[in-house]
Amino acid sequence: MSEKKQTTMVPYPSHAIVPERDVNKKPVLEARHLGVEFGGLKAVDDFNLIIGPTEIAGLIGPNGAGKTTIFNLITKVYQPTMGTILVDGRDTAGMNTIQINKLGIARTFQNIRLFDKLSVEDNVKIGLHNQMKYNAAAGVLRLPGYWKQEKRMHEKALDLLSIFDMQDLANHEAGSLPYGAQRRLEIVRALATNPKLLLLDEPAAGMNPAETAELMENIVKIRDTFQIAIMLIEHDMKLVMGICEGIAVLNYGRIIAKGTPSEIQNNPTVVEAYLGKKKEG
Amino acid sequence: MKKKLNRTFINNAITYAMVIIAFVVLYSMQQAGMLSRTIKGQLIPVCVWIVMAVSLNLTVGISGELSLGHAGFMCVGAFVGAVFSGVFKATMPNETLRLILSMLVGGIAAGITGVIVGVPVLRLRGDYLAIVTLAFGEIIRNVLNCLYISMDGGALFFGFSNPSLPGKLIVNGPQGVQGISRISTFPMGFALIIVTLIVVLNMTNSRAGRAIMALRDNRIAAESVGISATKYKLMAFVTSAALAGMAGALYAMNYSTVTGAKFKFDTSILVLVFVVLGGIGSIRGSIIAATVLTILPELLREFSDYRMLIYAVVLIVVMLATNSPAFKQFLSVVKDKIVGLFAKKNREGDAANE
Repeated sequence: MSEKKQTTMVPYPSHAIVPERDVNKKPVLEARHLGVEFGGLKAVDDFNLIIGPTEIAGLIGPNGAGKTTIFNLITKVYQPTMGTILVDGRDTAGMNTIQINKLGIARTFQNIRLFDKLSVEDNVKIGLHNQMKYNAAAGVLRLPGYWKQEKRMHEKALDLLSIFDMQDLANHEAGSLPYGAQRRLEIVRALATNPKLLLLDEPAAGMNPAETAELMENIVKIRDTFQIAIMLIEHDMKLVMGICEGIAVLNYGRIIAKGTPSEIQNNPTVVEAYLGKKKEG
Repeated sequence: MKKKLNRTFINNAITYAMVIIAFVVLYSMQQAGMLSRTIKGQLIPVCVWIVMAVSLNLTVGISGELSLGHAGFMCVGAFVGAVFSGVFKATMPNETLRLILSMLVGGIAAGITGVIVGVPVLRLRGDYLAIVTLAFGEIIRNVLNCLYISMDGGALFFGFSNPSLPGKLIVNGPQGVQGISRISTFPMGFALIIVTLIVVLNMTNSRAGRAIMALRDNRIAAESVGISATKYKLMAFVTSAALAGMAGALYAMNYSTVTGAKFKFDTSILVLVFVVLGGIGSIRGSIIAATVLTILPELLREFSDYRMLIYAVVLIVVMLATNSPAFKQFLSVVKDKIVGLFAKKNREGDAANE
């Protein structure tokens, strides 16, 4: 990743920035004045963000800043109490998690949520559920549609697993995989739903530096091959500064800074949120 | 992939083979008159309870929802099947056809009941779902307990708590359906078991089954990849109810009278005991447990008063034994050996083919 050149970020309409290549395209995600209250506590307040269709965006901030809550709002695990979310220009008001996924948003979880007792391959096939269809009767009666689609699903699943070189693990029980592999499997499962925007919640958590470096390459590879946008929450600053093009910093539910990695690194407000105020004198 | 497919395939093949061999042996013994009266009388009930246990395992083991109202669906199937058979007795002299149609109609009726019960109930989780299914099971039984249906000419008359209906009473409130022609046969029971196994095992290894198991393992993750919880939970619940209805129809037509009192709460628990004892999620276990626990009380009849005591002791011992690590170890070694034997043969076959 050493030869990485920094993307030029340009202002988009007025309050946001996107990569230069995405400026004339419809943004994949637009959040306007997004907010949620839990019994009077404003967990997220006035959150505005635009993500270009091939952007790798980062969302960082101290613990408890509301980063995962943003993901839960976008995927409608929580319904926002304020503001709107547009996916591909469509208002998502009143939609549920399933509809959001069908619109093209897939996610991974901070605390891994795999289907533990099923095989690695079945986990991916469940991700393919809405991509390759045959009805339940064809499954029970083993009609030709079943064999045809199952074969395609099997091939597609192995294809997707090969992104992370995991095709040899296809028959293992998902719950028995090592931690790093479980994280990678979650990404594969999310990718199987054919998303336009992939939300990764701490993808490098618990990985060693070598694994993290590999993950960084793979995230860029996924963006390049599938031409999708990726938004990630991460505490590993090497990863965030290394691959993210636009970064938003969150503290106490509000965005305190937005910009390119170098802008964020030199922003005094961000440094303060992370390290505290410098003592006078 | 090949290895895994083989493993599922061999596992299912063992289950089918077990059922088919048991049927062939028992059927030829029955034809040869080698079975005692006790055993002969238990052949059809065993089939019924196997279907009940396997279908409940679909809800409890595969879908992961504790349902305590399974007898309610059996009750619907029994009543509807028996009435259907009674109404068409004259017009449909072929008993086998009438039995098949009665089971189908009973299954459909129970399936529809499953939809009506399932839509509100599946919004609940865990203990709440168990309590509400229990209540629904009792409601269904009690409604049928005060239902009167009579037939006059070609018309059917319905009434609640009012036996003064025109024509001949078919369903007589708490006395249930009387004068059922006993057309259930052992081969038909066997056929129903095979149908149940095909439905449950094939469903488990297909797109719908994976969705159902995904919802069981992690509902939030399943919804995040676009799987509708309502649709697939309901699919498992209704399939399970329909199979129970078919078993109920077969059960009803094994006796001349069927009453609501036979489908009390303890019947639901009895079926749940089969499922738990056989291992939640294990279809083969359900079959074995249902068979043994149906025949055991009959075999213990000579101990008269001590019968249920011994039954209870056996239950406890089996529960303890199957939960002991040493016994589990032993079982898995035996299983691996059997599967390994088949897999080895397969590999040799593959090698020969190449």
